Amino acid sequence: MDTISKEDIRKPENIVYKRTELLTDKVMSYCPGCGHGTAHRIIMEVLEEMGIQDKTIGIAPVGCSVLAYEFMNIDMQQAAHGRAPALATAVKRLNPDKFVFTYQGDGDLAAIGTAETIHACNRGENIVIIFINNGIYGMTGGQMAPTTLEGMKSSTSPYGRDIKSMGNPIKMTELVAQLPGTIYVTRQAVHTPANVRKAKKAVRKAFENQKLNKGLSFVEIVSNCNSGWKMTPNQANQWMVDNMFPFYPLGDIKVNED
Amino acid sequence: MAKVKGDIVIDIEKCKGCQVCMPACPNDVIGVSKNVNGKGYNYVETVNEECIGCANCAVVCPDGVITVYRKRIE
Repeated sequence: MDTISKEDIRKPENIVYKRTELLTDKVMSYCPGCGHGTAHRIIMEVLEEMGIQDKTIGIAPVGCSVLAYEFMNIDMQQAAHGRAPALATAVKRLNPDKFVFTYQGDGDLAAIGTAETIHACNRGENIVIIFINNGIYGMTGGQMAPTTLEGMKSSTSPYGRDIKSMGNPIKMTELVAQLPGTIYVTRQAVHTPANVRKAKKAVRKAFENQKLNKGLSFVEIVSNCNSGWKMTPNQANQWMVDNMFPFYPLGDIKVNED
Repeated sequence: MAKVKGDIVIDIEKCKGCQVCMPACPNDVIGVSKNVNGKGYNYVETVNEECIGCANCAVVCPDGVITVYRKRIE
């Protein structure tokens, strides 16, 4: 066993895992340890496995992932702040044979884009919404978002979010699960290998659902924002497990029978 | 029993040194380098030969910089 050299192992036929070709060679603009990179990668891996790269149109949001079209090697369009589901509706209605998805953060989807999100879900548009929830406005400097937890510190709630004066955090995923237009609603995370694999299965199911033309698939990915939370990436992941998951429990909320 | 031996190749120029891969590794193969890359990050590197090619590190890597190889040894 000790005789084998690294050159013998590092051969193309022995590759178990490599970065998907559907991600461009650009270095992602996200902070070290940010869940956005993993989320981008699992979406692109699903598209590669399904072989629908040339039939998919993505909608980029405003937020940290505003430059998603720089990293995803597919056709993409960038929407005005919060309007990604409205744009996706138009794209899907004009191109019914294409696969359309939006990729949005919580500031985009749960704050300025609440109306578009809820009505797209209620109309049951045949699109996929990927919702990255990190409980904060990451790009603009860690301000309080609608999804910020009670007592959570941010740059605009330095003493922690006070429910009486600042309102309750909003559970968008549970909200849209009640609407008849959605067929698949789930919440996942990407901080451990097991969770990444589960999240990938959920994204795969969401894209498979688009062929059924029965409604909207909504995948929330609870993510970290280590620079906004002022922690190291691994501390932020642990904080997410201890604090985010009790309020945003992982798992399927609404599942369709194929 | 056939044994497997793995190896990982890290693209050190793209690695941001977030260290999310380190707790994911079952055999503590990955450690932080004392050197920095072109962007000033302390990238990660392999520190021992215990890799089994499970690909856990590559699956959690946010920037997808890890390529995993695995070979069965008869």
